[in-house]
Amino acid sequence: MEFDVILGNAGRAGLGPQAAIFALLVIGLNLHFGYTGLLNFGQVAFMLVAAYGTAITVATWGGSLWLGIPFGLGLCVVLALVLGLPTLRLRKEYFAITTLAAAEILRLLVRSSPATEITGGPFGLQAIAGSFYALNPIAEGRYGIGTFSYTANQLWVMIVAWVLVALAAALVFLLIRSPWGRVIRAIREDEDAAASLGKNVVGYKLQALAIGGVIGGLAGVVNALQQSGVGSESFGSQVTFMAYVVLIMGGVATTAGPIVAAVLFWFLREGVDSFLRQLSEEAWLPDLLADFLYDAGGAVSIALAGIALILLLKSRPEGIFGKRREGAADA
Amino acid sequence: MTFSRPSRGVLTLVAAALASLLLIVTTAVAFAQEGDEGEAFFGTLRFEGDPVAGARIAVVDAAGDAIGEATTDDDGRWRIVLPGPGTYRATIDTDSLPLGVGLRDPERRSLEATVRAGQPRPLVFALGEPVAAGPGLGEKLAQAVLNGVKLGLIIAMCAIGLSLIFGTTRVINFAHSELVTFGAIVAWYLHADTIALPLIAAGVLAIGIAGIAGGGLEIGVLRPLRRRRLGLVQFMVVTIGLSLLIRHILLMFFGPDRDRYTDFALQAEWSFGPFAVTPRDFTVMVLSAAVLVAVALFLQRARIGKAMRAVSDNPSLAESCGIDVDRIVLIVWIAGAALAAAGGIFFGTVESVDWLMGARLLLLMFAAVVLGGLGTAYGAMAGGLLIGLVTEVSTIWVGAEIKTVFALAVLVLALLLRPQGLLGRRERVG
Repeated sequence: MEFDVILGNAGRAGLGPQAAIFALLVIGLNLHFGYTGLLNFGQVAFMLVAAYGTAITVATWGGSLWLGIPFGLGLCVVLALVLGLPTLRLRKEYFAITTLAAAEILRLLVRSSPATEITGGPFGLQAIAGSFYALNPIAEGRYGIGTFSYTANQLWVMIVAWVLVALAAALVFLLIRSPWGRVIRAIREDEDAAASLGKNVVGYKLQALAIGGVIGGLAGVVNALQQSGVGSESFGSQVTFMAYVVLIMGGVATTAGPIVAAVLFWFLREGVDSFLRQLSEEAWLPDLLADFLYDAGGAVSIALAGIALILLLKSRPEGIFGKRREGAADA
Repeated sequence: MTFSRPSRGVLTLVAAALASLLLIVTTAVAFAQEGDEGEAFFGTLRFEGDPVAGARIAVVDAAGDAIGEATTDDDGRWRIVLPGPGTYRATIDTDSLPLGVGLRDPERRSLEATVRAGQPRPLVFALGEPVAAGPGLGEKLAQAVLNGVKLGLIIAMCAIGLSLIFGTTRVINFAHSELVTFGAIVAWYLHADTIALPLIAAGVLAIGIAGIAGGGLEIGVLRPLRRRRLGLVQFMVVTIGLSLLIRHILLMFFGPDRDRYTDFALQAEWSFGPFAVTPRDFTVMVLSAAVLVAVALFLQRARIGKAMRAVSDNPSLAESCGIDVDRIVLIVWIAGAALAAAGGIFFGTVESVDWLMGARLLLLMFAAVVLGGLGTAYGAMAGGLLIGLVTEVSTIWVGAEIKTVFALAVLVLALLLRPQGLLGRRERVG
């Protein structure tokens, strides 16, 4: 068992672009759920729309990447309006299931064969991020120690992604402490009270949905840049579920929670995966168990994540950073 | 006394039978004669018994280079000599066929076959009436409605538990899909694996086991958390965690492939007018309808059923009337899990069993529950049927790959028009 390899793999995942993508996704979700009380179960839809908007501009229409990214993020605002206008008046559970359904509809549509000419259907779109990597100032090569290392391109994506994470976190931090933020928190606590003070509740909710959606869209853009392409399989509803896991883990309605939890989540996930892979090669393990771990290692690690989540909520329902009072405010 | 003398028709029939027997014998002899002349493709083209002359057939080798061509003679026979053993592809030129004659299956105008050294190989291009554009709209609609009812009944059965659990505890149970898969897979192990019980016995046993598992989840995980006054969203996340846990444990044991129950696998279809259904699917439909009726009667008449509806309506009021809410919730979990497992087993019987089957149904179950009105069992039934119908009927016009989109779109539309659901109570919101 080589613990340095396991630690290296885990560390690489924890600081890598995937963790940053999750941090962005969860910061957006935190604005929806944590601060405004919107039970958005379709957060991955914003990611999908932004990623596909960017990729279609470049790969299908032959446009520039720098036009594609704002186009994709603009689509997030459109999605927020289309999704929010009719459904924000509904009961919270209905809003949850409608957003979940909308995300699934979008995913099925982009991968359907009639859409193949535009979205690439089940094959997705490739080779879209050339002009992004052309800007990479880092010299070719691998940076790091052992398995904890990145290529120059990975480092470039990571730097951009973590800068975006910092900017998004700062934006949300400032927004929440502005008068606007006080209104949305008031809406979360008591919608009727906010309405009776003359606040346009649906309008504020829509704004929060759009801003959080665009932040989630940034996650989609980074995902498209990192893979230099898009594929519908990256946008299943389990991504939203995982985002909720990370959000609850870090603590709802906190600034640092989403970021720390995203890093921790990917660190643990890759660490357990790597540990199980190594374990399956140990000589002292009975063959049957080793084969089982080899075949089903991925499944074991996700199952363990499920257990960890349940235990965490049993012992500390407010998450790592959460305050009792804010965390308890539920839908 | 005409019956003692064979009629003219019968005589003709006998003669025709004799003639075709003769034909088969001569063809066989012809095949045998041609049998020992090195590698070749050969065959005889016939359309409704008559030889077809003048049809062109071309052969290419594996690399796509032309090898030879032949035109059928007056007896419909053709033969193309091949340079050696290997794999070749023979294609019939459908334009060279006489008017009104076509391939029975247009997909099979090009045949690939491997020829062994010294062995000519017969190829059959099956000619017949070119199949019409498929069944008419009415027939397709009838079949889609039937499939829709079948799917809808199964969705309804799975969704009742989801709806009742929500009604009694306000928890959206994302692990419900895994109860569906769990039932189907447990039944598979009891039935098709080593134990080899008949499917019916295995199914009943699996439903029982799933019920116990559902009760176990409530007592072991959810009730303690409810005591701690966990927020509803935290509850949802717990059920997401449970769902991931159970789903991947099932994956570990069952593996990623799909499998079928061995009982009732192959059956001839019964047809009632435009409807065609296998006895298996018919039984599944009747059984699931019976289960739904039984559940409805239970909720309407039985004491516990009434108590369930009371808790679903207003838990605090029910508790102050002396109803033991915890006990009712436990029964809801047991019954809901058992119903979900039954739905899973039925779904596995008409389709197949795999580790994601429940996850695929989950969104449709949500749609059914919301469409019918959250928390009402009858709503889940009506919603399930409607969602099943919409899903299947949409396949007439759109590809099967996006049929779920239609079900979900109907859900969104329905919510906009009637936010409380079909049978839900109107409630002031927003």
